[in-house]
Amino acid sequence: MRTPAIHLSGLRKSFGAVEAVAGIDLEIDDGEFFSMLGPSGSGKTTVLRLIAGFDRPTAGTVSLSGREVTKLPPYERDVNTVFQDYALFPHLSVIENVEYGLKVRKVPRKQRRERAEQALAAVRLADFGARRPRAMSGGQRQRVALARALVNRPKVLLLDEPLGALDLKLREQMQVELKQIQRDVGITFVFVTHDQDEALTMSDRVAVFEAGRIAQVGTPEEVYERPASPFVAGFVGTSNLLTGAAARTVVGRDGTFSVRPEKITIGAEGAPGTVSEVIYAGPVTRFVVDLDAGARMVVVEQNRRAGKAQRGDRVQLTWQQEHVIEIGGDRAA
Amino acid sequence: MTRWVLRAVMAFGLFFIYAPLLLVLVNSFNGDRTFGWPPHDFTTQWWSAAWRNGGARDALWTSVKAGLGATAIALVLGTMVAFAVQRFKFFGRDTVSLLVVLPIALPGIVTGIALDSAWRSVVAPLGLGKGLFSVIVGHATFCVVTVYNNVLARLRRSGVNLEEASADLGASPAQTFRYITFPMLRSALLAGGLLAFALSFDEIIVTTFTAGPGIQTLPIWIFNNLFRPNQAPVVNVVAAVLIVLSVLPVWLAQRVAGPEAGASRT
Repeated sequence: MRTPAIHLSGLRKSFGAVEAVAGIDLEIDDGEFFSMLGPSGSGKTTVLRLIAGFDRPTAGTVSLSGREVTKLPPYERDVNTVFQDYALFPHLSVIENVEYGLKVRKVPRKQRRERAEQALAAVRLADFGARRPRAMSGGQRQRVALARALVNRPKVLLLDEPLGALDLKLREQMQVELKQIQRDVGITFVFVTHDQDEALTMSDRVAVFEAGRIAQVGTPEEVYERPASPFVAGFVGTSNLLTGAAARTVVGRDGTFSVRPEKITIGAEGAPGTVSEVIYAGPVTRFVVDLDAGARMVVVEQNRRAGKAQRGDRVQLTWQQEHVIEIGGDRAA
Repeated sequence: MTRWVLRAVMAFGLFFIYAPLLLVLVNSFNGDRTFGWPPHDFTTQWWSAAWRNGGARDALWTSVKAGLGATAIALVLGTMVAFAVQRFKFFGRDTVSLLVVLPIALPGIVTGIALDSAWRSVVAPLGLGKGLFSVIVGHATFCVVTVYNNVLARLRRSGVNLEEASADLGASPAQTFRYITFPMLRSALLAGGLLAFALSFDEIIVTTFTAGPGIQTLPIWIFNNLFRPNQAPVVNVVAAVLIVLSVLPVWLAQRVAGPEAGASRT
């Protein structure tokens, strides 16, 4: 078996009375694009800071490529970070920012300039070396931060919500670029985000964080199609939970079930209910339907046909049996 | 309408502040020994007289030394306190911050009396009498705050992100200080230092109480010679020099630090 790039074992971190990280065991493989997904305050950024070495864990260990680094300072760890606010040095030019890591490691001037220029070219900023970070747009700064980290050829790149400050268009474009860069350089990426779409589109595997713990680890498909808990089902996508009486009536037995909105059709048979909300969203329309059995379901339909259900309409919802997810259990009910 | 009234009020206010200063400058070239107004003839003889005046030159030199000394102490202590207060949590942190800022608000005469008696009853018995050094220490008490305020504001604004980024990129703490922290603080240190120097340079109350025998700073020399009629023209010139020398650092400090430049004493 190969040594994992990152191995966290029994990791805990408390800030005063608050336990931000409450026991995490995790292995991240070499070359993996790994996302840590969770709401703010779920501990994902703290875990990232523990891996980078900015904070020391209260308990547990951090190992990088099989070597324990729990007590090492950040500058003795072979990881680099892309910060949420980029943290570019304002008094240095772009090229000086990029070659900073090489300079402090005493790489000869000529060589480090060359490598910095290559790194800038790799993020398509070849002509921007002489500028100050201040004079660049958010997307450009983001790429400078990326170049500054990658030029050191770290074993692991940590990214702390790096796309958070960008507008939607740029964000989607950067998602594709990041994924390409990661494939090209073959470095392990650990990507922290609270955006489920981002995590699902980019990652090889996703860890969903809940209150300082990992609620589920898996491929995007596993996490989306087979959520391990109601929390995961709700955080990754819209959950449409069926519990208690509603589960008995609609599914036919006890348990907690979920049906994803895009798997439901409004038809002439099935579970009856009343449309309480119609939300038009361009390519799709979202219907909120209150089932008579006592659950609220969100249905997403593509806008292919005219004559949609209206607010207040009586409708019936159907779905295929295989799309009913039993949460915390096997897939089909 | 309101706009014109406001402008007039502002013009009047500025006139009220700067006209007397301008008068000093003009009078230093006034040919009339009793400063008759308007000046009838223009002369530079007072300037050359002042230049030849040994007392004034010694006093200027003493002031420069006192100012540089106080500034040096303020830079070191102010920076250290600012780091302690901004970067670490410890018991009594807010109190320390208050204690550093307080001397600027304390009446100079109180500081002066306190320093005088402390020096005489504690330091002098140890063999260190009052002299230039006691003046420097006295000035440093209220100069620290200008450096402290400037550095604190800078540290607060820039946070620890850049230093973390530097460490993340492999820089040792010494490298981080040299390449990131110090350049980041440089303009704040310059601004704080210049203000500290300006504060020290025109200080008279604390100086009176802390100066040893024979130590005369420029403001004290002016004060002592102000009421000697035959010295009046030379005093005028010295005052004019003081104006220029005080304006310069403050102007520079404002330029390097931008609008957040720290406290002034008056």
